[in-house]
Amino acid sequence: MPVVPLAGTSRAAVSWRRDIKKEDNVAAPEEALSARNVMLAGNDGAQINAYQALPAGDGPFPGVLVIHHLPGWDSGTKEITRRFAARGYNAICPNLYARQGLDVDPDDAAAATREAGGIPDEQFVADAGVAVDALRALPTANGKVGVIGYCSGGRHAFLTAVSLPVDAAVDCYGAFVTGTVPEGFPLKVRPLVDRAPQLRCPLLGLFGNDDQFPSPEQVDELEQALKEAGKTYEFHRYDGAGHAFFAVERPSYRPEAAVDGWQHIFDWYGKYLMGG
Amino acid sequence: MCSYLTVATDVAGSAKGAQGWFSVTSAQVYFDHPFHAPFDHTLNIDFADPAKGPAARVAVELSAESARRLVESINEALAAAGAAAR
Repeated sequence: MPVVPLAGTSRAAVSWRRDIKKEDNVAAPEEALSARNVMLAGNDGAQINAYQALPAGDGPFPGVLVIHHLPGWDSGTKEITRRFAARGYNAICPNLYARQGLDVDPDDAAAATREAGGIPDEQFVADAGVAVDALRALPTANGKVGVIGYCSGGRHAFLTAVSLPVDAAVDCYGAFVTGTVPEGFPLKVRPLVDRAPQLRCPLLGLFGNDDQFPSPEQVDELEQALKEAGKTYEFHRYDGAGHAFFAVERPSYRPEAAVDGWQHIFDWYGKYLMGG
Repeated sequence: MCSYLTVATDVAGSAKGAQGWFSVTSAQVYFDHPFHAPFDHTLNIDFADPAKGPAARVAVELSAESARRLVESINEALAAAGAAAR
């Protein structure tokens, strides 16, 4: 049977071309960005590949260090990195498992890292420091840098905020900032709550009340420690949401919590990173 | 948190991965967030040869229910084979 073009197809095509032409004339680069992989030099000599997304335009732009979760340097986290660039932030997401091999698929690298017990905190802080420096060295940088992490990256975001000179931090349901690591747990992690007095920047925390890692009680413990240390923080906790409620590709996605959470993130960064 | 207990076991056999067939020496079994499967948690098995590097891996992510069915199927198939499978 011959393929017959639908009536009106040619008119639609003309109209589409007109739209493109119109777009070319728009001066403001609304949500325009460019993204690519860059190479960072680790302090130990290791090469660390990183996904970098930059807004179109001359800036000045704040920077955001995006920390991936335990499943690795995956597409979902890179999408989050682009989201920051679309909103006017220079964003970078280093591959924390790069030492498994630069040509290794991110999921294979994550599995191997998991089997090895995760990455040492000292190595993470060194790599995060290199990424923060790279953000500040960009020609469009405004000098301010925020950090955000999800899941195991939430703990890493807190670790960054107590270890490095960053200007704002966001912890999205990071486990084992507080609480006790279960016996036989495969990752070599330790709680960080004793370092709350060393927090160097305001902290935004976003948590699901149905989450077990961290549980609401563990979030309470962190809040208490921040209060006692006199730190600037803001926590939002969502009913009907568990772990990974930001993850759009997973059943754990909770649109109401995620939409509200994103608003808080951009309010937080707008307050502490814009200008300067 | 993204992680629960991992049960590792030595295995002898082969698996076909991105680079073709290779010998596998271990199976890592864990219940955790999947990389790809559309579930909150899955029973994950990594058939691997760690000596050949991270890419020498064949991964499966199964719903808990289907993982249990798989265990039954394996046992059934081995039982049906009788002496040959001992």
